[in-house]
Amino acid sequence: MSRGRRRPPVAALAAAAVAVAFFALPLVGLLQRADWRALPDDLTRPAALDAMRLSLVASLAATAATVVFGTPLAWVLARVPIPGRGLVRGLVLLPMVLPPVVGGVALLSAFSLGSPLGGWLHDTFGLQLTYRPAGVVVAETFVAMPFYVITVEAGLRSLDPRFEEVAAGLGAGPVTTFRRVTLPMIAPSVAAGAVLAWARALGEFGATITFAGNIVGRTQTLPLAVYQRLESDRDAAVALSLLLLGVSFAVLAGLGDRWLVRR
Amino acid sequence: MSLDARIRASRGRFTLDVEVACDAGSVLAVLGPNGAGKTTLLRCLGGNLAIDAGHVRLDGEVLDDPATGTFVAPEHRRVGTVPQDHLLFPHLSALENVAFGPRARGVARRDARERARARLAAVGLEDRAGDRPARLSGGQSQRVALARALATDPALLLLDEPLAALDATTRATTRRDLRRHLGDFPGPTVLVTHDPIDALVLADVIAVVEDGLVTQSGPAAEVARRPRTPYVADLVGTNLLRGEAHGTEVAVGAATVRLAETADGPVHLTIAPSAVTLHPDPPQGSARNRWPATVVDVEMVGERARVELTGELPLTAEVTPAAVADLGLAPGLAVWASVKATEVAAYP
Repeated sequence: MSRGRRRPPVAALAAAAVAVAFFALPLVGLLQRADWRALPDDLTRPAALDAMRLSLVASLAATAATVVFGTPLAWVLARVPIPGRGLVRGLVLLPMVLPPVVGGVALLSAFSLGSPLGGWLHDTFGLQLTYRPAGVVVAETFVAMPFYVITVEAGLRSLDPRFEEVAAGLGAGPVTTFRRVTLPMIAPSVAAGAVLAWARALGEFGATITFAGNIVGRTQTLPLAVYQRLESDRDAAVALSLLLLGVSFAVLAGLGDRWLVRR
Repeated sequence: MSLDARIRASRGRFTLDVEVACDAGSVLAVLGPNGAGKTTLLRCLGGNLAIDAGHVRLDGEVLDDPATGTFVAPEHRRVGTVPQDHLLFPHLSALENVAFGPRARGVARRDARERARARLAAVGLEDRAGDRPARLSGGQSQRVALARALATDPALLLLDEPLAALDATTRATTRRDLRRHLGDFPGPTVLVTHDPIDALVLADVIAVVEDGLVTQSGPAAEVARRPRTPYVADLVGTNLLRGEAHGTEVAVGAATVRLAETADGPVHLTIAPSAVTLHPDPPQGSARNRWPATVVDVEMVGERARVELTGELPLTAEVTPAAVADLGLAPGLAVWASVKATEVAAYP
């Protein structure tokens, strides 16, 4: 410690150390509990592979839906002075604080075959969401999109709107301006928001199990598989947990300093 | 080619209400303090802000007229803008910045780049074509911004505080270059600035805007020589008084100012600070004006001392540091201020 700098209070350091241990111990436990030799077998069983495949496909589909609909939504929230904008933003961000299982129940009451909308979708398009892979995507999108919208809206708000005026003055219409000026300038926010949304979709549990069920080979994602194996085959549960842990670390590394340090 | 605009636009409690006109090949400087509405005026001309009343016409084409419901979107106006702080797109190279306009207006990529390269060469920056704006100096980014604005072959050129972002040494050279480029531009140019030097060097005509209104306009030299508002007088560094003339005498409040020539009716008077001399006792001589005054403040400006006076007439005198010492000038001191009648300029 350099001379003259004030020593931080011991109590604060001790409390911080307890908090760090609180985060570190479960990870250590998980790593220590793992049966590393059986890991390759545990991860390549058909049920595990099915869960991985579904998790990957569904989370990527949810991320795609999030980007396609969330980007215009973030733009509207940041740039268009619509009445009741605060209310709309609250509605969009609600799934971030809503217990996911409640989100699942809400989706169920809106889209189940017995509900007006769900019945209409089924009768008109033959589309059923509940207990189907498509339902997994819907549940994951519902929970993940707010993370994307809030990140991209913040990026848009910190972008000087005069750049868009300059582009318009040079002859670029709204679409060209968005594509060639706005989007490249908020690209870091878009990437960070998409990664956050994808990670959230990949880990989604409550809304998925409530809305799409837990059908092996059809709607059972990785977190649901972990939950189910916990009773019957703890080694497999730990193996799948390690896989998700590895992905999470990769996400943090991918988000990098910008997101971890400055925010 | 010419610009003709009558603009009324409100933003919150602020209202801009001005009339501007500018002929092809000539430069109009809109001069005014911060918050006077200068940038709002440019936004109305460029189409980033719709006017509430009046009209904007360029080469006879109506760009904005609420009365007839006409409004041409900014991307369809032939207006090139050099914005304040230049606002080069940070993710594009200098060349791509300049090519942006032609590309957006449908020119093929190769042709747009060709055109951009020629524009960069015209401002002497062909060797910086591949650089991102972050690697350009202030003066270089100003020139790229000018090249970008001109690359769309605009019919009207707008410059918003083009030199404000530059340090003093770059400003002089960039101002000289800008004057040359503006001379080559065939259309009307509207330049917004709070710096009287920019206005005097670059513009043919000056419109002074204060608090949303044009308070004085005319040829640049005329505005500088005959200021009509305290703001302009302050900018050109002279004393401005208003009074009622009867022959060679002008009543300014309770005081009387004697002129060398006759005038009648309401007049503006200017007195250069260097023409005001200070004395401990009433000076003699019939051709001289003299008024008792009290020193408010003494400030060194370069090699000279500026002395603020109050009394029958509020005046600023410019004297030598030696005079400050000889007279013991300090706030509160009573002195006599004197000006030769020939040094007082009077105009309606």
